[in-house]
Amino acid sequence: MLKIANYVRAKSLEEAYTLAQKRTNVILGGMLWLKMQNRSVQTAIDLCDLGLDKIEEQDDCFSIGAMVSLRALEMHPGLNALTQGAMAEAVKHIVGVQFRNLATLGGSLYGRFGFSDVLTLFQVLDAEVELYHHGIMKINDFAQLPRTTRDLLVRVIVPKRSMRVCYLSQRNTATDFPVVACAVSETDGKYLCAVGARPGAAVVFTDEQGLLCGGITQESAEAFGKEIANRASFGSNTRASAAYRKQVCAVLVRRCLMQIKEG
Amino acid sequence: MEIKVTLNGKKMVASVEPDTLLIDFVRHHGCLSVKRGCETANCGLCTVLMDGVPVLSCSVLAARANGHSIQTLEGLQEEANEFIGFIADQGAEQCGFCNPGYVMNTIALLRENPDPTDDEIKAYLAGNLCRCSGYEGQLRGIRNYLNWKKEAHNG
Ligand SMILES: Cc1cc2nc3c(=O)[nH]c(=O)nc-3n(C[C@H](O)[C@H](O)[C@H](O)COP(=O)(O)OP(=O)(O)OC[C@H]3O[C@@H](n4cnc5c(N)ncnc54)[C@H](O)[C@@H]3O)c2cc1C
Ligand code: FES
Ligand code: FES
Repeated sequence: MLKIANYVRAKSLEEAYTLAQKRTNVILGGMLWLKMQNRSVQTAIDLCDLGLDKIEEQDDCFSIGAMVSLRALEMHPGLNALTQGAMAEAVKHIVGVQFRNLATLGGSLYGRFGFSDVLTLFQVLDAEVELYHHGIMKINDFAQLPRTTRDLLVRVIVPKRSMRVCYLSQRNTATDFPVVACAVSETDGKYLCAVGARPGAAVVFTDEQGLLCGGITQESAEAFGKEIANRASFGSNTRASAAYRKQVCAVLVRRCLMQIKEG
Repeated sequence: MEIKVTLNGKKMVASVEPDTLLIDFVRHHGCLSVKRGCETANCGLCTVLMDGVPVLSCSVLAARANGHSIQTLEGLQEEANEFIGFIADQGAEQCGFCNPGYVMNTIALLRENPDPTDDEIKAYLAGNLCRCSGYEGQLRGIRNYLNWKKEAHNG
């Protein structure tokens, strides 16, 4: 059970950041993950009055506030046009509409959960994360920050460029955590492939061997899928074995590529 | 701490603890249709509308509801009455425990998308679990209601 002694609606990022430095205090996103924990919090810091719940389209990027809900990502026409619907596909299997109206982008990324559909997709969008103290950094660098880092995620920046994206996940049952999650993007012939829910956190791969140099064909997609499945490390848990995940990964990567090819 | 909320159209000022959950707050104020099912944000039983948007009241602090409007089934009887008979006609439910959350989310669905396809209904209601039925009866009920509405409008 989550016990909270004080509740504060931060009036500024500085106030939220300063309060968050104390180990017994905690920042609230949608609170869905926090609430599953058994802990006593001194001060819960609510960011809901800081205007971080907006998706702003600028000339060269989308700026997505930390408090934007997963449902808002799912329904956003600009983000879905940019990603050919991969944004909606990545989040629409997460529990239910009422859940996604609460769960935030900030909480989803800051937790850097192994099972995260969200982290998996954003890794292939060349996204940047703005932290209040550490500043702007590539999402991959953010993913590597020590878990003890006490910063405040302010927004996520997704560059607007011509890219082709596909997201696919495999679940044992609808609305459950993914068994494997996979995102692929192609920008100017450069491919990025993220594999999440291994069950460890998403990792990103490029086409090191140039298997896709000659374009996407059934054969090159299959070869790339197998190569990624070999390079990624998988583990076993109650949802699936490492061997099963590896097999599924190869198939999902191939399917992502074929969907990218077919548009 | 003190919060100001509009609960089913009624403005109120109330005193809550920093960790009071919205589900406990609305139940304390007589909205007993809001049920505690899983309490792990999985079942949809505790669905309420916050500023018209469906959320899980088991996972929201009452403190966050400060300044917002909350609606439960108690305040939406008329809107619900339109279609719950169609669900009952199908014998869709057995114990009925899931019903309030199901009805609340169906109201949210039909406000957002008044003419949904079967796939859209299933996708929107995916976060409402029912342990007795196979969901088909509820789906048929909503479909019959939508057909009835179309026929009524077309004269
Ligand atoms: C039952 C259940 C099922 C789920 N299924 C899936 C799934 O299938 N796929 C998936 O991808 N995810 C899933 N999730 C995770 C979910 O989608 C969210 O990612 C998760 O709940 C965190 O988001 P939140 O907004 O609730 O964050 P919170 O629970 O509020 O916060 C999570 C952590 O991030 C910190 N935090 C929050 N916001 C910020 C910020 N702006 N800056 C710094 N730190 C911050 C908090 O202090 C906390 O440590 C599931 C979660 C639950 C509870
Ligand atoms: S009681 Fe809230 S989702 Fe189950
Ligand atoms: S009818 Fe019993 S849980 Fe739905």
